[in-house]
Amino acid sequence: MFDFLSNYDDPSLLGAFWMTVKLTVFSAVGSMVWGTMLAAMRVSPVPLMRGFGTAYVNIVRNIPLTVIIVFTSLGLADIFGMTMGAPDDFKVQGFRLAVLGFVAYTAAFVCEAIRSGINTVPVGQAEAARAIGLSFSQVLGLIVLPQAFRAVIGPLANVLIALTKNTTVAAAIGVAEAAYLMKEMIENEAQTLLIGAVFAFGFVVLTLPTGLFLGWLSKRLAVKR
Amino acid sequence: MSSVLYDAPGPRAKRRNVILTVVFVVLLALLLWWVWRTMDDKDQLEWSLWEPFTTSDAWTTYLLPGLANTLKAAGLSMVIALPLGALFGIARLSDHRWVRGVAGTVVEFFRAIPVLLLMLFANQVYTGWPGISAEDRPMYAVVTGLVLYNASVLAEVVRAGILALPKGQTEAAQAIGLRKGQTMGSILLPQAVTVMLPAIVSQLVVIVKDTALGGVMLQFTDLLNSRGTLAANYANVIQSFVVVAIIYIIVNFIITSFASWLEQRLRRGKKSTGAVLGPAAVEGTAATGAGGAFGGIGIGAGDGGGGGGDSGN
Repeated sequence: MFDFLSNYDDPSLLGAFWMTVKLTVFSAVGSMVWGTMLAAMRVSPVPLMRGFGTAYVNIVRNIPLTVIIVFTSLGLADIFGMTMGAPDDFKVQGFRLAVLGFVAYTAAFVCEAIRSGINTVPVGQAEAARAIGLSFSQVLGLIVLPQAFRAVIGPLANVLIALTKNTTVAAAIGVAEAAYLMKEMIENEAQTLLIGAVFAFGFVVLTLPTGLFLGWLSKRLAVKR
Repeated sequence: MSSVLYDAPGPRAKRRNVILTVVFVVLLALLLWWVWRTMDDKDQLEWSLWEPFTTSDAWTTYLLPGLANTLKAAGLSMVIALPLGALFGIARLSDHRWVRGVAGTVVEFFRAIPVLLLMLFANQVYTGWPGISAEDRPMYAVVTGLVLYNASVLAEVVRAGILALPKGQTEAAQAIGLRKGQTMGSILLPQAVTVMLPAIVSQLVVIVKDTALGGVMLQFTDLLNSRGTLAANYANVIQSFVVVAIIYIIVNFIITSFASWLEQRLRRGKKSTGAVLGPAAVEGTAATGAGGAFGGIGIGAGDGGGGGGDSGN
């Protein structure tokens, strides 16, 4: 029943899902860094930075991820010659371009998650902290961020799971991940239902434990108000 | 202005803010200059590449038919997904454990799977379908994928909307002797609809964005797909991407604005029960993918909370 799987070794089933995992991890780290910077801008006391952060989030959030990913390949690589340090290896180049696209897109959502976390901290908390004479860094480090961090886990978990599913868009520029392999298999093999089930199962395995664990964690750490 | 992070600035803070502004302006200017230079180096600023967009030909032949297909697929998906989602959302609140269980499993399953996989699968299933011609197939596949995914997201929205109503509504209905179906049909659902409306409208943004997947992967002639044909004709890849991105931004901006206008209006209205599911609420659930245990839906009552937040779907 499953013997058709052995016809595919570039990528193999596990190889394709490993690529999905790699895309997710690299994009998650990158978008976490860029998203945090954007969030810092959006809550900063400098109006221009706030404006930039807001503009970035609103523009990027409203463009389909597919447009961004296809643009990295047809625009950045083909027209502007951005080969991402791998001019000859198209596999590596596609992977890096996809990660770049995912980071640019997901960072907007990370930014919003972090900002909403900061917004859950009541202003009175910071006012009380200032009233007892804590400095700016003490207010931030001891009072605001510890509470904000706990509130951010849930929304960030949602972003991570969305990112895991969004990595399938990389198939649009030929990155050999799960959706790419599924398209190839489902067009060439007769067992449509079985192939669908195998890939669906793969994503359930990837997203369910992450979701359950982070959901449990965010509930456990939630600040009771 | 005072926020949770900083107080109203004093003289030193004001000076520091000015310095930060100047540094940021310089960095931004450098970035823009670099983008401009790169564009210029590759001759991408030539007017001849942008000019097609000032002619009606580019619009009537490529962009507008593409946009029409995008909106058609999105609208169709929403119209089909909404009743389906309501059905599953209500089923998840059923008193019978097996109804709850089945509906819950179906909803969680389709939320955990990327919408692209659903589209690819539907496309393959429809290949052997006698009633669907080859040129209609991508459209059917895109709509099917979007319906399956968004119905399960909307099911969660409906469930949250009903749960957001005060308990007294159900109790009062029971007290005057309404049956379960009557309570749901004439008391809970009508009120829940107003609660959920902003969330449902902003789910449209997610649907519009996801139609672009079909354009690349299934050759569905949507806006993104017609961009390819247009660029092949006028040889203006970068320019066509810019224009298409702007069109998507405008369309989604209109939908988002409408959703927040609706939310504001419903919040102010006296008829509602006070709870409104904000636009931010849905997208939080859109990606949960795992477990109703998550509490992904934030319900903003009164103070504009909606803590669920976007998740990028």
